[in-house]
Amino acid sequence: MKKLINKPEDLVPESLAGMAAAHSDLINVNYNPNYIVRADAPIQGKVGIVSGGGSGHEPMHGGLVGMGMLDAACPGEVFTSPTPDQMEAATKAVNGGAGALHIVKNYTGDVMNFEMAAELCLAEGIDVEAVVINDDVAVKDSLYTAGRRGVGITVLAEKICGAAAEQKQDLKKVADICRQVNANGRSMGMALTSCAVPSAGKPTFEIGADEMEIGIGIHGEPGRERMPLKTAREIVGIMSAAIISDLPFQSGDSVIVMVNGMGGTPLIELYLVFHELNEVCKGKGIKIVRQLIGNYITSLEMAGCSITLLKTNDELLKLWDAPVHTPALRWGV
Amino acid sequence: MVSQKKLRAWIEVLQKVYAENRQYLIDLDSAIGDADHGINMDRGFTNVQADLSKTDPPDIGAMLKTVAMTLIRTVGGAAGPLYGTFFLRASTACAGKTELQAADVVAMFEAGLAGVLQRGKAELNDKTMVDALSPALVAMKRALGNGSDFRQIIQQGAAAAEEGMKNTIPMLAKKGRASYLGERSIGHQDPGATSSYLLLKTAVDVWG
Repeated sequence: MKKLINKPEDLVPESLAGMAAAHSDLINVNYNPNYIVRADAPIQGKVGIVSGGGSGHEPMHGGLVGMGMLDAACPGEVFTSPTPDQMEAATKAVNGGAGALHIVKNYTGDVMNFEMAAELCLAEGIDVEAVVINDDVAVKDSLYTAGRRGVGITVLAEKICGAAAEQKQDLKKVADICRQVNANGRSMGMALTSCAVPSAGKPTFEIGADEMEIGIGIHGEPGRERMPLKTAREIVGIMSAAIISDLPFQSGDSVIVMVNGMGGTPLIELYLVFHELNEVCKGKGIKIVRQLIGNYITSLEMAGCSITLLKTNDELLKLWDAPVHTPALRWGV
Repeated sequence: MVSQKKLRAWIEVLQKVYAENRQYLIDLDSAIGDADHGINMDRGFTNVQADLSKTDPPDIGAMLKTVAMTLIRTVGGAAGPLYGTFFLRASTACAGKTELQAADVVAMFEAGLAGVLQRGKAELNDKTMVDALSPALVAMKRALGNGSDFRQIIQQGAAAAEEGMKNTIPMLAKKGRASYLGERSIGHQDPGATSSYLLLKTAVDVWG
């Protein structure tokens, strides 16, 4: 394992220190418990948008803190859920009297830790709603699994809910919008290589030089199927078919699309993936009205990508277009 | 009977046990999860050790509450809330006590398991820590009912936990990240059931 680190156990706090130094105009970083908070928090009368999860998915979530998006993010250890004390402290730090929305990705640990945090916040008199994101079509949603994983839609939900909160919409409405985004969004990922958790010191899974994993999770959890490597066109065909047939997305639908890199895939390939996806959507009469291409929800140094589609309407599109100013996402300012 | 000193020794030895089994648990978790279970248990119990050395809890309940809060605060993942809740409920069951009779030890594990079931919503045969803890409790209650001595009770608990842990190998995971694997989770021992077995095995080693 080769990584640009000092000691594995220092990676998260040292990286946070770098973020704090680089973006002091936008964010503040608190240590022990660790959380990243908007520089101007708390904002009176505004719902606080709080998310969090294991580290290793940068820029999500810390890089998405700022005006028009998250008020706070709680980074856990690499690929490990943060803890309730972090979430409670972050929620208190952004509480402007209008309550807080917890945006939680559907992983057993994240859900349980956020549940405990919500109980602690409610005991302190802070109104909290939690929305669990579960958009990954690679996982069968049934009684026999922990349910679909939360992946790419998380980024889109954080942008859209952040905009709604910025307009001082109330907690119930912001939570409803979050559930609407989750209900109308679907994603799927794939990997060409594994990733290595720094403290584990070796690749999370083995994969042959001529193989790929379709339906990979963002922690290197296996997905639907291991198969021989195919062309980008064939890969986008497999992924888009799974996504489009699931909602289903239909001719005439307007969609916001994210083509996301897993951390180890260059932009030249991601733009090619977008081109292939654009062709598929054109062929099906699905209209791409906005697109985001780049590394937003990564899996350390894994090579691969994920595709996210969100069926949109005028309300969601206006919120998407609203100004945002965070370390990783910025427009309209 | 378990004195407060012996209970503390159990927690202290658990730190060594999870440190020694760090790689083993990482390897089990790599196969069907996200490879962090060994790291998280090691970090959690190392923090427990540090926090306990700074305090002098008046009774077993207070001591187990420190264990619980430290695990909740420092473990993360699913293991943090689950083991944190286990020790929190165990602490309530031991409130004010400075020594535990056999029935108290069984009651402590019963309260802890009830907390895990409530927090994690897993059932028997879902391929989780419940598959080690639940048979262990059944065996301990049976042994207690038979009038077995304290050593036999925890030995039978640990033996049932070991069998339960091994029984997770052919199971299809229905909870946690392993459940995403579907059929591919079959053939691997569950890391959570393994760390739970180590809890019981260490109790035998320290108290037996």
